[in-house]
Amino acid sequence: MENYVYIALFAPLAGSLFAALFGDKPKTLLTGIVTSLLLFVSWYASIKLLGYIDEEHIIHVKMMDWIAAGNFNVDFGFVADQVSVIMMVTVTTVSTLVHVYSIGYMDHDKGFNRYFSYLSAFVFSMMILVMSDNFLGLFIGWEGVGLCSWLLIGFWYHKKDVPTSENPAISPAYAANEAFVMNRIADLGMLIGIFMIYWNLGSLEYDTVFANIGSLDGATITMIGVFLFIGAMGKSAQFPLHTWLANAMEGPTPVSALIHAATMVTAGVYLVIRSHDIYMLIPNVGYFIACLGAFVAVFAASMALVNLELKRIIAYSTLSQLGYMFVAAGLGAYWIALFHLMTHAFFKSVLFLGAGNVMHAMDDEKYIDKMGGLAKVMPWTMRIMTVASLALAGIWPFAGFFSKDKILETAFAQNHYFLWALLWIGAGMTAYYSFRLIMLVFFGEERYKKFGFHPHEAYPYVLLAMAPLAILAIIAGFFEHSFMHFVTQLLPEYEPHVSKGTFIFLLVVTLGIAISGITLAVVKFSKGNFDEFFKKLGVYDVLINQYHIPDFYQRAICEPYAKLSEFAWKKIDMRIVDATVDFIAGVIYKSGDKARAMQTGNLSTNLKWMALGFVVLLAAALFYRPGM
Amino acid sequence: MITLTHYLVLSAILFSIGLAGVIRRKNLLLLFFSTEIMLNAANIGFAAIGKFYGDLTGQMVAFFIIAVAASEVAVGLGLLVLWYKRTGTIDLESMQEMKG
Repeated sequence: MENYVYIALFAPLAGSLFAALFGDKPKTLLTGIVTSLLLFVSWYASIKLLGYIDEEHIIHVKMMDWIAAGNFNVDFGFVADQVSVIMMVTVTTVSTLVHVYSIGYMDHDKGFNRYFSYLSAFVFSMMILVMSDNFLGLFIGWEGVGLCSWLLIGFWYHKKDVPTSENPAISPAYAANEAFVMNRIADLGMLIGIFMIYWNLGSLEYDTVFANIGSLDGATITMIGVFLFIGAMGKSAQFPLHTWLANAMEGPTPVSALIHAATMVTAGVYLVIRSHDIYMLIPNVGYFIACLGAFVAVFAASMALVNLELKRIIAYSTLSQLGYMFVAAGLGAYWIALFHLMTHAFFKSVLFLGAGNVMHAMDDEKYIDKMGGLAKVMPWTMRIMTVASLALAGIWPFAGFFSKDKILETAFAQNHYFLWALLWIGAGMTAYYSFRLIMLVFFGEERYKKFGFHPHEAYPYVLLAMAPLAILAIIAGFFEHSFMHFVTQLLPEYEPHVSKGTFIFLLVVTLGIAISGITLAVVKFSKGNFDEFFKKLGVYDVLINQYHIPDFYQRAICEPYAKLSEFAWKKIDMRIVDATVDFIAGVIYKSGDKARAMQTGNLSTNLKWMALGFVVLLAAALFYRPGM
Repeated sequence: MITLTHYLVLSAILFSIGLAGVIRRKNLLLLFFSTEIMLNAANIGFAAIGKFYGDLTGQMVAFFIIAVAASEVAVGLGLLVLWYKRTGTIDLESMQEMKG
């Protein structure tokens, strides 16, 4: 069984290296096929492990010693337990299908081989992240996914940077750097958390750390929890480090589906779930996480209400759903958070892939106000995206209903009525913006004709690659009970306790707001553009400008920082550092120039200098006595 | 009674004479003489100190220096003859080719 662990982990790496061999060559279909096949192998191994692992059978392998310096020992070890195997299956399922989808999507791209190399490298890093048995390995995977995310957001790095007045979206290269820098800030927090764990417990292995964490005093545990969560906030794009995720949509769409919806951004949630032994000891931090999550759930959803960029809407929706997961994790319902993570991965990735189909058909047009009426030409994409949107909105019997409803129920059962209300409003918004998108893209007036687009349905195999995800988006919710039994072998058991009446009340109210959101969007948008309503309300400007937060960051952080850098460059570096170095060089140069005069070429003069030197050395030897 | 000091003073005087010769003289041949004087000043010093401490090492080094001086003179005189054949003079001023 250990071999399955290795196969699951290293098959993507093999694929990545294989594709990298052809990196600078023009498109070779082989790379796409080989990486997809290896991903399939990895998926198969993960499924095998899923079937094998239970309470008695947890696979823990030590591949080799990694770092051994003094008392500091870290093994290169991997663990396949209930949590990591769920993550492995989710990651490999989505990534295998995204690989196949990408063969079609990147069909005409010059960087085809390079793309597959990066994509498989991402999966490998993600597998390290979820399978590592210690915090350092997790951190390596954490940085690895960050790197691959940077490479893939900036995949079309050759696109020019244009001022925001011309194009409100930014260039891929800028977006990639923004994501990278934003994540560095958070990673510093996480690194401090890891240092503190080692400092206080002398080990980084999960087993040891979690067994001994209770021996620390409360303040230290709180600090560790807070710092680790700062890391999670960056990776999962929680407020105030959220701006990078919407801009990351400049990357290819399958990348958004895999990295910025299904896997990487959920790494923060995974970290909190994995460290539940720490967070259970500090309920205050947990409550803060839940509050932040609920805030983000509404905050991000509100930005999605009016946005016109197809992928940005879905990106905000991802943000909002990550907020839901953090609410569950913060309130101690870890298995529910993991469950929502899994179902979200399925329906959100397929939603993104559908958006990819639409954009591909529309020559990479991303504004939904130029689309409309596409259902006629792209019936299957429409159906798949509608299913995914229903799942996202949380309509029975789709996957999102089961997981999201559980989160709301948890908030209610723990008497956090305010959190519950926020989430409830968020659910309504989710339903509204999902169907606003569907309506604007697929129904109504065929605006694309005005702009001269000739959309077409995607290749059949592309649709076929989306089908399993769409099916999972429909049925994944029914695995709720077996899922719960499986992961609560490791995670703390949690069941929201509400009376039968309250349960039904919650069910009706939640479904009610979701359905009314959908109805509102469908009814209003079938009559024309409903966005005018928001413009009249006056909130439109605030929402479309993302609450002016990017502007604020630009003015309050980027510009002063640029000024500071310029000051440091022009004043400190050029005037002080450079000047000092130049001065020393000048002295040496000038003294050399002056001393050249003694080289007359006359042997007699040289001998005199030699004699003088001898006398000086003799004098030095006489007068300088070290140690006296 | 001749003491170690006398020998060392003699050695110092000889060395100074040699050094003055190296600095002042323009004739290459006399430059060699001066060098020899300096080397032998060192020899006197070695031999005297060797005797004073009853240690043979000083005299051994003196012999070494004599041997090295002999070979150095042989090579030096050879070059000198060559120089004379080429330029017809052994004046130090004729060697100005190292001017930077």
